[in-house]
Amino acid sequence: MEDFGNIVCIAFIVWFTLVVGLIVLPAMFGISLGITEVYMKVLVKTLEWATLRIQRGSKEQQKPTTLVSNGIILRDDGSMEKEITDLRKGRSKPQINGEFELSDIFYFSKKGFESIVEDEVTHRFTSEELVSWNLLTRSNNNFQYISLRISIIWVLGVFIRYCILLPLRVTLATIGLSWLVIGASLVGLLPNSRVKNWLSELVHLMCYRICARGLSATIYYHNKENRPMKGGICVANHTSPIDIVILANDGCYAMVGQVHGGLLGIIQRAIVKACPHVWFERSEMKDRSLVTKRLRNHVADKTKLPILIFPEGTCVNNTSVMMFKKGSFEIGGTIYPVAIKYDPRFGDAFWNSAKYNMVSYLIRMMTSWAIVCDVWYLPSMTRQEEESAVQFANRVKAAIARQGGLVDLSWDGGLKRAKVKDAYKEEQQKSYSKMIVGDDSS
Amino acid sequence: MGCNASTLAKIHNVDELILETGFSSSHICHLYNRFHSLDKDDKGLLNRGDFQNISELAVNPLGDRIINNFFPDRVDLIDFNSFARTLARFRPVENSPKKEPDSPEPINSRANKLKFAFQLYDQDKDGKISNNELLQVLRLMLGVQVTEEQLDNITDRTIQEADLDGDNAISFEEFKKSLEKVDVETVLSIRFL
Repeated sequence: MEDFGNIVCIAFIVWFTLVVGLIVLPAMFGISLGITEVYMKVLVKTLEWATLRIQRGSKEQQKPTTLVSNGIILRDDGSMEKEITDLRKGRSKPQINGEFELSDIFYFSKKGFESIVEDEVTHRFTSEELVSWNLLTRSNNNFQYISLRISIIWVLGVFIRYCILLPLRVTLATIGLSWLVIGASLVGLLPNSRVKNWLSELVHLMCYRICARGLSATIYYHNKENRPMKGGICVANHTSPIDIVILANDGCYAMVGQVHGGLLGIIQRAIVKACPHVWFERSEMKDRSLVTKRLRNHVADKTKLPILIFPEGTCVNNTSVMMFKKGSFEIGGTIYPVAIKYDPRFGDAFWNSAKYNMVSYLIRMMTSWAIVCDVWYLPSMTRQEEESAVQFANRVKAAIARQGGLVDLSWDGGLKRAKVKDAYKEEQQKSYSKMIVGDDSS
Repeated sequence: MGCNASTLAKIHNVDELILETGFSSSHICHLYNRFHSLDKDDKGLLNRGDFQNISELAVNPLGDRIINNFFPDRVDLIDFNSFARTLARFRPVENSPKKEPDSPEPINSRANKLKFAFQLYDQDKDGKISNNELLQVLRLMLGVQVTEEQLDNITDRTIQEADLDGDNAISFEEFKKSLEKVDVETVLSIRFL
């Protein structure tokens, strides 16, 4: 028994040393040993091979073609006015504008039925469907048993992911987070000075790099010359809590958020000792003017790190960008937009908070093949004189959507949980009434 | 879930449904997946609230009437087959059918589409659109953007134009006649990709 215990101990120590030596230390100094590159190459080759086999397999079996397009029905994109006028063309009477026709309801009924079959919002809160299977059980929606070889590879994949990668990643994440807490607390003991700031940035960067390795994250940063500067506000689209790790790997930001309890609370309290972050109590969050004031004070101080904000307010599935809440754009200062796009082949990064809680989400992340994403730093923007906060928000949103190849939607991300406001229905009624009684409202 | 034989197997009486609605099996699959994505509590049935969760439908002025169309009298929950049958009315009309003389009229014929539109107006189902019923629909579509007086004017004029037998209401025949030049088949159709 003792021997067995000894062997286990030795094995553990060896493994731990390897992990630290090969992964943690290089990560801390931002050096790559090339192991991840090799892994990714092998992975891509395997997935391509699997895709070909699946395509061949489905042709042989002649299944109904699985159309995973962005839409399943053809929708007319015309404006309300155009479509209703077209409807009325069939009338034998001469057309007088400003009148009601019995056929006008056809427009609304058709739009209504179309939205029942397919609408822009509902599917943004579920994971994106893949064109071809990536050998993860969880994305096995449309794909059936193809061949023995694929199934063997899949079993191998499960073994590798759960028995090798998962423990490795959990270890790395633990090391990373503990280092953050300890390091930040240590740095916090120093008096305020440039050295302290430099050390705090170092500690933060090291920890996030370790965490990124802990997720096998491969991040491609573009346009680094547009990186957010101190005293600015960094704005990005939100897909998952991992976005923070992704962005903080390349720069230091001041986080904004609510004070939590538990593990997250410990981390929050530790890192605020090293450099200023903005944490709000739950009660303070309700007071919008207070929130804006504190953020404005932070931004005004040019020695403080740029704030990181996600204006959508909720996680969306990375195929679109939803309405940006105007609060972040009322603070003033320079906005640095950032677009984040995940590659869905290697792992689904979207956090569906209705389906999974944080822990199961993290386990899913750590058992994916990898997280691959592109980060684009966009040139900074400031609010123009005649622009309202809402218009500015939409301008920034359009730029991010364009860069990331995402659909630009005006729907509110809050629709995940709440119903839509009646104000939007009134807008439709207003447009229609203009056609019926003309522009003057008596 | 995707579109394959196992999905089709989950649907009750799927062959009969395909025949009745005229949808292809892949369209039925798509609709089935859509039905389940709307059914948030996984009960296998939809109620009115599930429809109202669709944001685009909630902002449609006629949204509630359209939803009511899915629920026959005193029924508050519908299953997938019922859902598909109601949607089948919006299927595009085929050009070629060689019909036997006594086969039932397809769900998506011009007459059935017009009947659906008529029902949106005729809420008490007495076969006529009264002045009041027309007023109600106009009120839905225009909200508070127009005055009562304007609404009355529009209603009176519309009924005058369409009413042929002088009973101050629009029957289904008069409705059909008034819309005979409108390309109902194309307008009240949803094209699947």
